[in-house]
Amino acid sequence: MLLIACPWCGPRAELEFRCGGQGHLTRLTDAMEVSDAEFARYLYMRDNPKGWHYERWNHVNGCRRWFNAVRHTVTHEFHATYKPGEPKPDLPRS
Amino acid sequence: MSNGELRLPTGGRIDRAQPLRFIFDGAGYSGYAGDTLASALLANGVRLVGRSFKYHRPRGILSAGAEEPNALVELGNGARREPNLRATQIELHDGLVASSQNRWPSLDLDIGAINNLASRLLPSGFYYKTFMWPPSFWHFYEHFIRRAAGMGRAATEPDPDRYDHRYEHCDVLVVGAGPAGIAAALAAGRSGARVVLCDEQQEMGGDLLASMALIDGAPAADWVARALGELGALPEVRLLPRATAFGYYDHNAVAIVERVADHLARPGPGLPRQCVWHVRARRVVLATGAIERPLVFRDNDRPGVMLANAARVYLRRYAVACGRRAVLFTNNDAAYGAALDLRAGGMDIAAIVDLRADPKGQRTEAARAQGLRVLAGRAVIGVQGSKAVSGVEVARLQDDASAAILDREQIACDTVLMSGGWTPTIHLFSQSGGKLRFDTETAAFVPDRATQALRSAGACNGATRLSDCLAQGAAAGAAAAQDAGFAAAAPPLPELDPDLDEAPMRHLWVVPSDAPVGHKGKHFVDFQNDVTAADIRLASREGYRSVEHLKRYTTTGMGTDQGKTSNVAALAILAEATNASIPQVGTTTFRPPYTPVTMGALTGRTVGPLLEPARWTPIHRWHVRTGAVFENTGQWQRARYYPMAGEDMHAAVEREVRAARNLVGLFDASTLGKIDVKGPDSARFLDLVYTNSWSKLAIGRSRYGLMLRDDGYIYDDGVTTRLGPEHFLVSTTSGNAAPVLSFMEDLLQTEWPHLKVRLTSVTEQFAVVTLSGPMARRLLAELTRDIDLSPQAFPFMTLRAGTVAGIPVRVFRVSFTGDLSFEIQARASHGLALWHACLAVGEKYGITPYGLEAMHVLRAEKGYIIVGQETDGTATPDDLGMGAMVAHAKPDFIGKRGLKRAELLRPERKQLVGLRLADGEHKPLPEGAHLVNDPGLPPPMPMLGHVTSSYYSPTVGAPIALAMIKNGRARMGEELYAPLPDRVVRARVVAPCFFDPEGKRLHG
Ligand SMILES: [Zn+2]
Repeated sequence: MLLIACPWCGPRAELEFRCGGQGHLTRLTDAMEVSDAEFARYLYMRDNPKGWHYERWNHVNGCRRWFNAVRHTVTHEFHATYKPGEPKPDLPRS
Repeated sequence: MSNGELRLPTGGRIDRAQPLRFIFDGAGYSGYAGDTLASALLANGVRLVGRSFKYHRPRGILSAGAEEPNALVELGNGARREPNLRATQIELHDGLVASSQNRWPSLDLDIGAINNLASRLLPSGFYYKTFMWPPSFWHFYEHFIRRAAGMGRAATEPDPDRYDHRYEHCDVLVVGAGPAGIAAALAAGRSGARVVLCDEQQEMGGDLLASMALIDGAPAADWVARALGELGALPEVRLLPRATAFGYYDHNAVAIVERVADHLARPGPGLPRQCVWHVRARRVVLATGAIERPLVFRDNDRPGVMLANAARVYLRRYAVACGRRAVLFTNNDAAYGAALDLRAGGMDIAAIVDLRADPKGQRTEAARAQGLRVLAGRAVIGVQGSKAVSGVEVARLQDDASAAILDREQIACDTVLMSGGWTPTIHLFSQSGGKLRFDTETAAFVPDRATQALRSAGACNGATRLSDCLAQGAAAGAAAAQDAGFAAAAPPLPELDPDLDEAPMRHLWVVPSDAPVGHKGKHFVDFQNDVTAADIRLASREGYRSVEHLKRYTTTGMGTDQGKTSNVAALAILAEATNASIPQVGTTTFRPPYTPVTMGALTGRTVGPLLEPARWTPIHRWHVRTGAVFENTGQWQRARYYPMAGEDMHAAVEREVRAARNLVGLFDASTLGKIDVKGPDSARFLDLVYTNSWSKLAIGRSRYGLMLRDDGYIYDDGVTTRLGPEHFLVSTTSGNAAPVLSFMEDLLQTEWPHLKVRLTSVTEQFAVVTLSGPMARRLLAELTRDIDLSPQAFPFMTLRAGTVAGIPVRVFRVSFTGDLSFEIQARASHGLALWHACLAVGEKYGITPYGLEAMHVLRAEKGYIIVGQETDGTATPDDLGMGAMVAHAKPDFIGKRGLKRAELLRPERKQLVGLRLADGEHKPLPEGAHLVNDPGLPPPMPMLGHVTSSYYSPTVGAPIALAMIKNGRARMGEELYAPLPDRVVRARVVAPCFFDPEGKRLHG
């Protein structure tokens, strides 16, 4: 079970959280103008890296707040957790 | 030793003042407190403890620990019967009842042993080969195989015991309390770090408890006692004996199962049977020891063939001689120490047979100096005796070890003690994601690179000398505590006597005999799953060269012991057969649990009523008292119907529906999801999450809303009411309240953080009592003086605040039945009083409580949808005939772009319609039934859609249904067919509304 540092509450067990998938996706502002194919890409296509991944988490059984995280999909190591709106941290070298 | 008595008169760590009675296979025996079932059986001369899985060969106790593959027993009876327990790990208690497995009809006379005689028919992969054809015979084979194989029987009654879970956070977790673990715990504990030291055995100390070594001039066991005393006195140190660390998970989460009461004859009240500890450690030190390897020689499975160190453990710890006269068979130095210890304990050592041509080392010399007979360069080429060893045949190996037929000699003995080197216990390290390295010298996989914050120390790290174990443990414990922020130092090493060097081993993975391997006997590799060296070679010849394929084909390492004694030999034999090195063949990844864990322990207290929280409405007690039949919807327990004497569900629902249509019905709608929306941007926010517009909704008015997902499909629906300029009350589907709140929160926090809106779930803060039916207004008028109920003053889809029966309430004129309805919301604590007041006043109007089922019928008669019943995650507003509810002119809302996708605009989409069945059809269609144009076509015929809701409608006097049908609105009046298993039902497509289509009742 992962140990996840909520930016508001501190480290808590994984069972308090829900992963919200890829992070730093912004809602299309010109959605009505884009083609169906482009909209489908926005709606359905997600990164699936073997390695570091920017993603969203919700402290659903805690403070109920959303935050962003950089997690390694193989080792489950968390490089960073940070509040929405804060800049994307750089990825570690490895 | 007297004849028939294998218990030594003195010594051991048993309590001779506490004799215990126990029963094995129906016979009574006695042992002592401190015994395991295995040690007590050995002390009683019980050799035969089970039959093997495939060949039903007689088997005895092989080991003294977790690795035991043979002595698997069924423990207890009735509801407490538990199969597949290792006798070597069962602590004896008074009255213990155990029985052997895999034997039928009895251990001594075993019909299944015919498998052994017919073993030419049972090579590797025999299940695949023999029982492939004809497929219809499998059920016959399976019955036979399962019966004959037998893997013990689980209890069939509910488990009467209680199990607990605990959570622990510590600086340093040390797994294993042998020399390395104790040294690590001392080094870390003395620094003030919070330390947990766990060990799977009842007594901590590991191999030191059986050791004859002197530490600082005193017996090793005294050093253990002193160290444990010191650790026990440290306030931040927790000692957990009888606790197996069985799983190593991410971020240093380690699961430990503690056997709290299994060893007690009469556990105290309140004690859980077992407890799972969820430990989160800053640092972990693995000191899990090593497991001695068997040698693979002919008939190495006969009862009386054991691991050499196990015999030493039985002698030193339990004062049990495993036999009277032993032959040791070894490829390394460890057996020499065991031989000396055993002789000191009174056993007759007939010979030490050493595969090495010229063993020279401190240990060997010590044995020779004490007069032990050493037969170097020789092998045990066969074992005599079937149910008990009576002797061995020894021969000199040819130089290339291809055969052993020279200088043959028979040696009488009742015990063969084998030592094939040590396999570090790397299970937890492997589970943690750590990478392994193959050490050629010891032919063992050892920890290489850890991927979590852990260190390995001692025998599990490849150490064989006691001094190395103590030094590695102390260093690891100190470093772990330092990492956790404590000023720790490794204590100086104690003086050790003796601390001998180890001479190199000789690796001979299959010991030859006087016949080719696989003939005149069996060379067992995996005892639990009955896999032989010949099986592995055959599998390799048949092309199973990947270790993963080999495992599955031969089943080696696939037993409950996970191949603890067999993995390395199996790999080595495969490597030889494929001309590869062992690391090229690879190892297998270990997975939790290290040893089997009971389902009860994993489940803990979450059984029965605690399995899942139940949600009750404020009126729940009345429903129970009235004899309501309940239905679980999500966690809510809702009244489904209220049967009166002699009524079945059909009759009760029909009565409830008629009353609600003709008089007045009373419904507990408290489960309705309720979200309080406040803030200056509330209307803007609702405009963004619903398809329709809210900005212009007047205060005190309600509106039905549809919520979509980004993809344009319907997500939720419900009525929202404006309570103030910046205040709304949103209602959601009962089952969807929490997801909708999460959905809204997500958008507010991450997409539109600039909007000033606060959301609060108020579902449970308000009871909701609905009065519905023609008499509803007259009834309610009797209960309120401050609310004008006239249609002009209180029209449909508006809200009034006031008092009902003296209770402060909000009354909403909304309806989910299609009839005149008042939905009364009161503080939850007033809900029951409000309910009673309605019942009391309503008696003269024929008030009738109706349940969820009648509510469903009433709403279906009116064609009201339920999200999740009419919709399946791919329905659009237009599909449901609600296209007009989408305010396309709004600049943005969730789902706006999605609705424009080609798929959602495609003609021929399924649309909501009603169905009337042909005259004479009295049974409703099953929900989910498919509808077709022509049932005469051969299947699969083209399908037009399916039934989403179907009931008998008392109002219509016939079955009705709602359905999603391709192009449904253009098919009004068409006849369709529902092909059912027993008949074909004809149905006519009608508008999805069977009651009051003009809405006169609704608005009246
Ligand atoms: Zn939090």
